[in-house]
Amino acid sequence: MSINEGSDSSLKTLRSAEAPRKPGAIGLEAAGMTMRFGSFTALDNVSIKVPAGSFHALLGENGAGKSTLVKCIMGFYHPTAGQIVIGGHEVAIDSPRDASALGLGMVYQHFTLVPSLTGAENLVISREHVPGVIDWSVERKALAAFMETMPFKLPLDVPVRSLAAGEKQKLEIVKQLYLGRNFLVLDEPTSVLTPGEASEVLGLVRGMTQRGEITVLMISHKFHEVTAFADEITVLRRGKLAGSGRVKDLTTRDMAGMMIGDVPLAALDSRLAVAPDAKPILSVKALSAPDRSGLKTIRIADLNVRSGEIVGIAGISGNGQKEFVEVLAGQRKKTAGDIRVKAAPYAATRGETRENNVRFIPEEPLQNACAPKMTVAENLAFRTFDVGQGGKPATWIDGRSIKKYAAHLVGAFKVKTASLASPISALSGGNVQRAVLARELTGEVDLLICSNPCFGLDFSAVAEIRARIMKARNAGAAVLLLSEDLDELLELSDRILVMSDGVLVYETPIATANVMTIGEHMAGHH
Amino acid sequence: MADTTPEALQGVVIVAPISTSWLELLARRSEAVVIPFGAFIVGMAIFSLFLLFLGKSPIDLVNLMVKGGFGNWFSIQNSLQRAAPLLLTALCVALPARLGLVVIGGEGAVVLGGVAAAAAAVPLLGAPYVVVIGAMAIAGMAAGGLWIGIVGALRHYRAVNETISSLLMAYIAIALMNHFVEGPLRDPASLNKPSTYPIGKDYMIGNIPGMDVHWGLVAGIVACIVSWVLIEKTAFGFAARIAGGNVRAAQIQGLAVGKLIVGFTALAGAFAGLAGMIEVGAVQGSANASLAAGYGYTGILVAFLARHNPLAIIPVAILLGGIDASGGLIQRRMDLPDATVLVLQGLLFIVILFSETLYGRFKLFNPDLWLRNRQ
Repeated sequence: MSINEGSDSSLKTLRSAEAPRKPGAIGLEAAGMTMRFGSFTALDNVSIKVPAGSFHALLGENGAGKSTLVKCIMGFYHPTAGQIVIGGHEVAIDSPRDASALGLGMVYQHFTLVPSLTGAENLVISREHVPGVIDWSVERKALAAFMETMPFKLPLDVPVRSLAAGEKQKLEIVKQLYLGRNFLVLDEPTSVLTPGEASEVLGLVRGMTQRGEITVLMISHKFHEVTAFADEITVLRRGKLAGSGRVKDLTTRDMAGMMIGDVPLAALDSRLAVAPDAKPILSVKALSAPDRSGLKTIRIADLNVRSGEIVGIAGISGNGQKEFVEVLAGQRKKTAGDIRVKAAPYAATRGETRENNVRFIPEEPLQNACAPKMTVAENLAFRTFDVGQGGKPATWIDGRSIKKYAAHLVGAFKVKTASLASPISALSGGNVQRAVLARELTGEVDLLICSNPCFGLDFSAVAEIRARIMKARNAGAAVLLLSEDLDELLELSDRILVMSDGVLVYETPIATANVMTIGEHMAGHH
Repeated sequence: MADTTPEALQGVVIVAPISTSWLELLARRSEAVVIPFGAFIVGMAIFSLFLLFLGKSPIDLVNLMVKGGFGNWFSIQNSLQRAAPLLLTALCVALPARLGLVVIGGEGAVVLGGVAAAAAAVPLLGAPYVVVIGAMAIAGMAAGGLWIGIVGALRHYRAVNETISSLLMAYIAIALMNHFVEGPLRDPASLNKPSTYPIGKDYMIGNIPGMDVHWGLVAGIVACIVSWVLIEKTAFGFAARIAGGNVRAAQIQGLAVGKLIVGFTALAGAFAGLAGMIEVGAVQGSANASLAAGYGYTGILVAFLARHNPLAIIPVAILLGGIDASGGLIQRRMDLPDATVLVLQGLLFIVILFSETLYGRFKLFNPDLWLRNRQ
């Protein structure tokens, strides 16, 4: 069954007006792809073969060249060298328009739909040729006929903003099919979905490849998705082809080896038992605060984090986790309730954070924990610049000891930077997060509050950051870890709580934690 | 906690080199000089096009500008005299800008500072010189500080846009000044130009010895140096730079962002208020409508050209003072309309704003693109 076999005549007209081409999956082969930016080689003689109807995974760390390769295929970049062959013919793809004429489409990590328009409106306006006056009754009929051919059922008449993340991602895929694309590039398509939504979407996509309707090239970080859904993989490392093969012939360990090479990953310390009499460090009671929209309220009835334990909070993005962290960090005012650190009231002033050794590792550290235009050395001094000899408040800035301190941290935490005088925004995401870790985890830490600390970071940075969090826990820090990544929570937490609609709705010790149960509570079934 | 303080790290092996090479430093620093200077040249070039359309010679313009602004000792002193209030009003823009605020209502602080200074001086007349001048300075700075401090407080506590509120507050300030000099504080002897009672010759701020320039120039230069030290060398200034760089990062560090914002805006207003006080004490002799001479607005241009660096404000203010001083000569000799200098200033400002988009675009100024990464 193909999308072009719809019986509705108006749909046929629409299709042929868009791009006349054969239905069904198409194969793609790229050979000797090289892309240089000045003296920097982002992609070095990489070849990839994606047969028609296959589900191919493209793996690699951040900066390995995955996006560069995909952008060359999609016509965003003009490769320095290399050929692309589609369906046995060499093709020239000079622009995204050429790519779409050849049936190539891309689904991005973040949604590209217009939130205030309905699904139907989004689909129609995405066409290359939209009539000046749209006859909606004809379009609706055409769409209904088109949706009949889809494995997804989606509400097309409500504004996109009211759809769940999984539905939005499905709509993104449907949009590509509606535009007549039969080779889809999916760029980390599940990073914003719950585990349930992710396997549903990928399962449906896999079904379509098996029926020969589309070919899929998926960029992914998640091995369990690759092993469950993909047929073949290609792995890039530092711009070069690091390996490829069929998924059933490879173990996760093999794939990880290709991705990171010989670099050993930081291993987690073994988990020390939480002392039965461990003191509660952070206790939150009857806290309420307005959320971002000001329409809803977050309410934390009772939460304790004891010394030496990691308490993980799971939840789909936008259920009040951000606001909760903002209250703890002093970025948002609470309307009621009680926050105590070591039994004393806590309002996140500089004195209180310092006295109680409270540290923060927020998500997207450049936006939340750094001053992007200040230098690496200055950013590393945020905790210490106002402390002078013997811990007394300092009036004057000591530039030399700031640099010395920064040099020490840069070395100890392996922050890659051209210079201590570089603006911190010149560093890669992983290195910004390493710099923030260096600042926050140096010295005694009694309470550590982390929010999606590994979001968007590469493999080795993730392993190192998790190892450091575990180390801090074993050294006696109370850790509150809010994360949208369930794997991360299961790996690190001693207890897991679920936040839904601004309320903590579920709690389980790690020993009895079950992904599906947690997922159901995340989705609001409790 | 002890081991997070820098001195506790003594004896620790330094892994990364801490010195910055002179070449890297030169590259990083020169961007903030070359781009504004280039923008200034481009602004002058566009203005030259205007002149060509009018059939005038741009070369004459440059010659007259140099002659009128810096051609001889008399014109240099004239330029310096005009630069004095610009130094202080530019600080009123530059200090809040370091905290990420765009305050454009320094004019309001100038006029209120002038009125407050005159009002403080009149009842004290007869007291020692130092007492009267001191009282005038305190009153002027307090009025200006209060005025712009309110702008900062509105921004932080009520999320009112500081650019709009400072501009509107400037209109209110000018209205208040008109009310005071035409009403409660009016000297009945000031007939066609309503003014406060004159402070009298004996209490006027004199000239720097050997120059025909009043002490306001020294006050302005000292204020710029003090501001630079405050921002670059003190913990308070460092905290302000963090808050200006990213307010969320500052909050996570527990810094009192509200106090920093109100403190910096109040200090900025105090400098502008001081400019008003000097205008009364050294030039006008009383507070009147001449206080609203646009120093607050020219200060915006000076601060932006100086990239909000208090030390760079000093040469830029003198340059703009020179352009201002040559204005009369240019108008007379080249037969140009009164608004000529204003048009030039406006053009320069637009080009400067455009040039903001150029930062980070030149590989030459960006050592991160040519230095090799190191661990």
